[in-house]
Amino acid sequence: MSTVVTAQGVTKRFGQTTALDDVSFTLTENTIHGLLGRNGAGKTTLMQILTGQNFATSGELSVLGQHPYENDEVLAGVCFIKESQTYPQNFQVRHALTAARLLFPGWDEEFAAALVDDFQLPLRRQVRKLSRGMLSALGVIIGLAARAPLTFFDEPYLGLDATARQIFYDRLLADYAEHPRTIVLSTHLIDEVSNLIEHVLLIDRGKILLDESAEDLRTELVTVSGPVAAVEQVAANAEELHRERLGNLVRATLRGRFDPVERDRVTGLGLELAPVSLQELVVRLTSTSNGAGNLRTAGKGDPR
Amino acid sequence: MEEGRPIFLQVAELLETAIIDGSLPEETQVPSTNELAAFHRINPATAAKGVNQLVDDGVLYKKRGIGMFVSTGARAKLRERRREEFADQYVQPLLAQARRLGIGAEELKSMIDLREGER
Repeated sequence: MSTVVTAQGVTKRFGQTTALDDVSFTLTENTIHGLLGRNGAGKTTLMQILTGQNFATSGELSVLGQHPYENDEVLAGVCFIKESQTYPQNFQVRHALTAARLLFPGWDEEFAAALVDDFQLPLRRQVRKLSRGMLSALGVIIGLAARAPLTFFDEPYLGLDATARQIFYDRLLADYAEHPRTIVLSTHLIDEVSNLIEHVLLIDRGKILLDESAEDLRTELVTVSGPVAAVEQVAANAEELHRERLGNLVRATLRGRFDPVERDRVTGLGLELAPVSLQELVVRLTSTSNGAGNLRTAGKGDPR
Repeated sequence: MEEGRPIFLQVAELLETAIIDGSLPEETQVPSTNELAAFHRINPATAAKGVNQLVDDGVLYKKRGIGMFVSTGARAKLRERRREEFADQYVQPLLAQARRLGIGAEELKSMIDLREGER
């Protein structure tokens, strides 16, 4: 599969603050990517740079084969749905949809109408009078119906209730299956999207902590608990991300090659083996006091 | 879908189970990748990987332009494989737990006989 985005050593500074620190990655065509990380990690800045709404301080960037900044050809293929999209003062919902139709060559009017129905959006209401949830629904509708080859959803569903979010996920999956395209989904509701995303990019303090297939992550991460000595034996072959202790009992979150043979060995030692969800992993990786640096020193001095 | 195991494997296993229990008979069409993705709320590429594994395995075969079908002989083959895995997957952990609780082999056998007799 080909690459739609390449970032090479991208750095963004705002005065003294480094929002993105020498970030390199690629986005694969027709894949749903999860862009994860805490508030302020640099997710939005990264998406702004990829969509030509901001400059990188340094680094190489290619989006749909070209540089995105003030490049109509690239931007016609890119849709960026922001958490706090603003619309002209007196726009009604239908005006916003018309503007989107004019902007995106791949726009599907029928699909947009079906989504408006799904989310029960009042077409003639002024956008500024929409509730927070309805405003999010409008963004989601535009992002889906635009069918842009490269679509970014940045926390698209502030205020959307659980039912509306499920509608979003279901429509996204169904439409993506029919019309494959590259999607970047940035969200804090990781459990809700963990089965939808194929590839995970985790950012923390402007650096990429994880750039990996979601399926691989599912097998690489385990929580092992039991007597200290037995846990140590298992931890010796893995990277230790976290450890909790209660008397002689230890619970460690480990990352390593946990194939069926290794799993048998672990349970054979009398240890409990439990899976780690993507959300738990993100919490573990990003809650240490100095982020990536602590990854290698969590728990013990030298986990290797 | 369960945490901790690749989703594509779980998709493949669900289809295998349906073939073994007869709800997907041989020479019938299996749901499309997109239908599987929508039903299980998973990524279509992941669903496709699960289906493709069964194709590589000869359990499913592709009819060009129509879809995927269950191969003749798939049921017996899968059943045989599951029987082989049964001891490892079920008997082994059962014995391990029994040992922890001090339940001996004889006691375990009589428990099984008792339950089996109730059916």
